[in-house]
Amino acid sequence: MTDETLLSVRNLTLTIPTGSGILHAVRGIDFDLKRGETLSIVGESGSGKSLTSLAVMGLLSKGIQCEADEMRFDQTDLRHASPRVMRDLRGNRMAMIFQEPMTSLNPAYTIGDQLIETLRLHRRVSKAKARERAVELLEKVGITAAASRLGQYPHQLSGGLRQRVMIALALMCEPDLLIADEPTTALDVTIQAQILRLLVDLTKEMNMAMILITHDLGVVARVADKVAVMYAGELVETGPAKDIFAAPSHPYTRGLLRCIPQPGKTERGAALGTIPGIVPSLIGEVTGCPFRTRCPHAQPSCREAIPHHGDAEHRFRCIHLDGARSAETAEGELA
Amino acid sequence: MTDAVLKLDKVKKTYTVKQGLFGERKPLTAVNEVSLSLDKGEVLGLVGESGCGKSTMAKLLLGLEAPTSGQVLVDGEPLDGLDRRALASRLQPIFQDPYSSLNPRKSIYDIISLPLRVHKIGDSASQQKAVKDILDVVGLPQRVMNTYPSQMSGGQRQRVAIARALVMRPEIVICDEPTSALDVSVQSQILNLLGDLRREFGLTYLFISHDLAVVEHLATRVAVMYLGRIVEEAPVAELFEAPKHPYTKALLNSVLTPEPGLGVPETALGATYPNPIDPPSGCAFHPRCPMATEHCAAKAPAKIDTPAGHVECHLHDPQSPMYNKDAA
Repeated sequence: MTDETLLSVRNLTLTIPTGSGILHAVRGIDFDLKRGETLSIVGESGSGKSLTSLAVMGLLSKGIQCEADEMRFDQTDLRHASPRVMRDLRGNRMAMIFQEPMTSLNPAYTIGDQLIETLRLHRRVSKAKARERAVELLEKVGITAAASRLGQYPHQLSGGLRQRVMIALALMCEPDLLIADEPTTALDVTIQAQILRLLVDLTKEMNMAMILITHDLGVVARVADKVAVMYAGELVETGPAKDIFAAPSHPYTRGLLRCIPQPGKTERGAALGTIPGIVPSLIGEVTGCPFRTRCPHAQPSCREAIPHHGDAEHRFRCIHLDGARSAETAEGELA
Repeated sequence: MTDAVLKLDKVKKTYTVKQGLFGERKPLTAVNEVSLSLDKGEVLGLVGESGCGKSTMAKLLLGLEAPTSGQVLVDGEPLDGLDRRALASRLQPIFQDPYSSLNPRKSIYDIISLPLRVHKIGDSASQQKAVKDILDVVGLPQRVMNTYPSQMSGGQRQRVAIARALVMRPEIVICDEPTSALDVSVQSQILNLLGDLRREFGLTYLFISHDLAVVEHLATRVAVMYLGRIVEEAPVAELFEAPKHPYTKALLNSVLTPEPGLGVPETALGATYPNPIDPPSGCAFHPRCPMATEHCAAKAPAKIDTPAGHVECHLHDPQSPMYNKDAA
């Protein structure tokens, strides 16, 4: 680990006791993030990607047990940080943007009140100074007539504007780490492009690290430096974005890419690839590869411990040395 | 066209909305004199940003809302003259959210067989057979008949919604964002299913979606909607390969294909979507259009016929001073 590493997570495990047994929601995941870098965690619903980000933010609900060999943000050990320390970090040095801005903004306070409060909670600044900063940030996120917006309530703004306000709110204290959980899923494609561009520009300008959680592979490809593919609570493949898309190594990653119609590549009207079956239950003991029930290349040995392959940059977990890529190429040639 | 199964003839829908507690009542034109026709077996993709009137279109077509003026014709018959039941046997909807569109207190059998019972089609034995057959068609095992929606995954629920729509053997299915709430791997299964069903039963779809990659994949023709108007309509290949309207170009430009290294495209659409209560003068798109001139603000563009569709833009109108041969 180098000095510029901002966030380091090793062997993060999250378990949730339920009525029918213990739910192993996240199992032994590792990732690192440097300043100015964007990591995208991609996966389907229930894969544990949101839980992972909540664990980093220290926002897990009480019933969830969080264990890790290491979970370090800059100089702070997040595993043993007191609620007070976490409160000081959140909204200040690490901030989060949620999918639905309507439910994460307080409907009873004006935009201005919420922006100013965030800054004054963490910094000793006058109300006037905080107000100035709020206007400056609203302008930066592309809101016109920013000063007059401060007096407005969230319901008076459109979805795109609310999401911009959420971003401004997250940036009030110039955080080192921004976690964006499906920030554009509820928005139109045109607004989505604008918001993502804004996030990319801001991470560069402020040398901020970003964790972008999404299920949209198009968003991942265009925004992320690094990608972590998550399936049923495990990271099945991690690596630089261009390597993951050029040489997807885990059968699940390749399956996902085949499921989406790719303009110019997929023939119009042709059958899309599918991943048959459903995500396995994570209640009770989970062993072996979680994808084996849906994987076309599953072997009996997939029930046992699964080795890591690849180099330190681009890693994947599979019993097949090449993630069964050669098997698929051979099939393609036969067909 | 004589073989149009569904036709909209200058359909207009205006709502009256009140702004604020004591605000004056103002008209909001959600759908503004739209003419469209769907031929048998066609898939018409309807795209546009939220608030453009896509969902109002779906409601008008399903007879859930009556048009303020104009007519909706099903097989040449006006929709308002048709009995609700006769209509339901021809036209069925599939909605976006399979979590809220299925009654949680009814078993899957009850949900799928309800249309048959409402229309009093067959006895209970034949209804049971129809439900079993349709479950096969949508790829659900027969044992789900006695389960409830809460016991099913999102993809399974959307299959139930499709089964319920198809059990009446309709000719036309109105799909309003049918895969938006689903995971990628489930979305592809549902899209494949919709494609197979279309071929098998000769169905006609109106496919409303904001996902342009999905529309390009499934549709045979595409209509682009902006502030209640269809601004461009063309066969799918033509629209995606040679878009004419600046708005269509902007929409296509904002699609994020999974190609790393390209970055996020810059959309030229600076201003935000206009308020439909107070629509811009002339061409409704002019405040956001990179090509706009004073002429666009002054005069609404005429509907120009193209080889296989139409477009509403001054750049493509030979009668307009802005006519640009290269753009056309």
